[in-house]
Amino acid sequence: MTTTIKATEEQQDSPFALSHLDALESEAVHIFREVAGEFERPVILFSGGKDSIVMLHLALKAFAPAPVPFTLLHVDTGHNFPEVIEYRDRTVARHGLRLHVASVQDYIDRGVLRERPDGTRNPLQTVPLTEAIQRHRFDAVFGGGRRDEEKARAKERVFSLRDEFSQWDPRRQRPELWQLYNGRHAPGEHVRVFPLSNWTELDVWQYIAREGIELPEIYFAHEREVFSRSGMWLTAGDWGGPKEGETVEKRLIRYRTVGDMSCTGAVDSDATTLDAVIAEIAASRLTERGATRADDKLSEAAMEDRKREGYF
Amino acid sequence: MSSTTAAEQLSATTLLRFATAGSVDDGKSTLVGRLLHDSKSVLTDQLEAVEHASRSRGQEAPDLALLTDGLRAEREQGITIDVAYRYFATARRRFILADTPGHVQYTRNMVTGASTAELTVILVDARNGVVEQTRRHAAIAALLRVPHVVLAVNKMDLVGYEEGVFARIAEEFTAYATELGVPEVTAIPISALAGDNVVEPSATMDWYGGPTVLEHLETVPVSHDLTGCHARLPVQYVIRPQTAEHPDYRGYAGQIAAGTFRVGQEVTVLPSGRTSRISGIDLLGTAVDIAWTPQSVTLLLEDDIDISRGDLIVPSGDAPATSQDVEATVCHVADRPLTVGQRVLLKHTTRTVKAIVKEIPSRLTLDDLSQHAEPGELVANDIGTVRVRTAEPLALDAYADSRRTGSFLLIDPADGTTLAAGMAGESFATERPAGPAAGADDAGWDF
Repeated sequence: MTTTIKATEEQQDSPFALSHLDALESEAVHIFREVAGEFERPVILFSGGKDSIVMLHLALKAFAPAPVPFTLLHVDTGHNFPEVIEYRDRTVARHGLRLHVASVQDYIDRGVLRERPDGTRNPLQTVPLTEAIQRHRFDAVFGGGRRDEEKARAKERVFSLRDEFSQWDPRRQRPELWQLYNGRHAPGEHVRVFPLSNWTELDVWQYIAREGIELPEIYFAHEREVFSRSGMWLTAGDWGGPKEGETVEKRLIRYRTVGDMSCTGAVDSDATTLDAVIAEIAASRLTERGATRADDKLSEAAMEDRKREGYF
Repeated sequence: MSSTTAAEQLSATTLLRFATAGSVDDGKSTLVGRLLHDSKSVLTDQLEAVEHASRSRGQEAPDLALLTDGLRAEREQGITIDVAYRYFATARRRFILADTPGHVQYTRNMVTGASTAELTVILVDARNGVVEQTRRHAAIAALLRVPHVVLAVNKMDLVGYEEGVFARIAEEFTAYATELGVPEVTAIPISALAGDNVVEPSATMDWYGGPTVLEHLETVPVSHDLTGCHARLPVQYVIRPQTAEHPDYRGYAGQIAAGTFRVGQEVTVLPSGRTSRISGIDLLGTAVDIAWTPQSVTLLLEDDIDISRGDLIVPSGDAPATSQDVEATVCHVADRPLTVGQRVLLKHTTRTVKAIVKEIPSRLTLDDLSQHAEPGELVANDIGTVRVRTAEPLALDAYADSRRTGSFLLIDPADGTTLAAGMAGESFATERPAGPAAGADDAGWDF
């Protein structure tokens, strides 16, 4: 275990005080173990993005020295960064895990889904995800969502009940009392579980640094050919950019979040190390999604609407 | 203190979970917005969105309450559904705020928020003082055994920042809360709208010498006083790798609910009553000699005894009684009623058992804490006492001794709906009607 961040010692109230990272880690491990004890077919949504990487790391710790008793599922938009897919496959192989892939491209090829005029594929993930859940009869689906990410997510539960259509009804969510998570559900329904609910972007990064977790390189500053669209730096590629009037230039950038290439924006950055990334985030005056996600800007209620339909 | 630099935020190392109680009219959203805004926790894009929304509604100044408005239905109806969780940090501490709405469903929401909170901020309007709703909020904080209560007397700007007004309200509230057994009340005069004593000290109320709301949140002890607590480990999962490398590893995984465990300690497993000794403690990959709440650990025992999910590991000689008859206070949280004779599931720690509601001896009116005998049923947001018979014995602590091992859920077996939040044992720390106030250093409290 490597520790790259040394927090300055504040006056702890007792020798038994836990640091905030230890408290969050313990809570997440408790959530993983609850699901292992109460569900038949849990699955972890794993994209190779930092939140899902941290989730997997926590799951590995929760059951060590035994293997993780869950499989993985990735809803692949077909527009993922090659570095991230390569990382995903390497990680799966290293831990001897089983990965299911639900492919948006496949749905488009079969004519089930249609490409959107704006080329964004994130909203198209909902159907492949819900069908994969039904096909494999997953009853608990771990997602890396955090309640600090966005207003609709602030109302999300750690155990979030979904009906057979995967729909989220904010009025039907169960009250979250003490640490007693109620995962009972009717056949066909499932529960989305968010072990990182109480983590912030900074917590995730500090934890990655503390644990020495390896990440895909695109999270660190590198030179890349990008073009500007809706005020974001997007990666040029055959997913649909640049269009006419958009010019490509080489810039020193990094990604704060990793998702579909069509709607994940890069930020100008020279942070090449974890410490530099953490310092940059702590000083940033923009939220993670505000800086980098076009799809959340679609409308004030965009995320709420997509969650209702069964999005993560 | 007032502005959080990057370096300062990186040094924040403890976590405080707190909850708010109060209605829109008391200025709760403004207080929360002010805490987030003045602690520099609101980032540019969020503030821009608020400014934009405020302008489009024809408001001149950005309405900080909009920071905490979540869902479309809420914006359209101007209400708040359910509990929202907010996150912010200062140089000294990280915070998780359970922001509970103050409208009609507030009882179950406040119970939800208070169940994990170490501190509750109760808001009152300085013009109205302690009203019925304030007494309800105090009763819920007392019932849920929230260790620290803050009374924020808001809208001091509308009463001329008068010390006398504040002192009267603070005195009345403190007397009432103490009677209920609340161990600590801190009263703070504020104006959330003007910003007095929320984050920045008030320039006007120089008669007040205490901390601002945020200073108090930063310095209140996050309680880890474990000396008076009974150690408890509900077993979540049995880890058995059965690999060439670990052929005989058998670990009992769980989050320590209270107290401390040490290697070498003699332990008893409930409900079976079998005993063994701790041979090792695995703290997420690190072998340790001692572990404490709320760490998630794996215990290894000297003897190969039959232990499974739902069992409780406790120090020998410090075990709770096991029983199939549960007497408890419940807050009913479902839209369908809870009735005598109803078959339910009872979820206690990691154990879920069948149960029958045998009796509902009384319903409690929070306004004046009067008891109504034999109500026959409890409906949404009711608080009452119940007697429940379980199909198997439970090792239940009094909620007063341990919030985590004295609490339970009642669940509808038909569809899994959570019906009620239960707390075993006496409702309040002091018997009613109140005699002299209980000592504030009540050693029996587990936080």
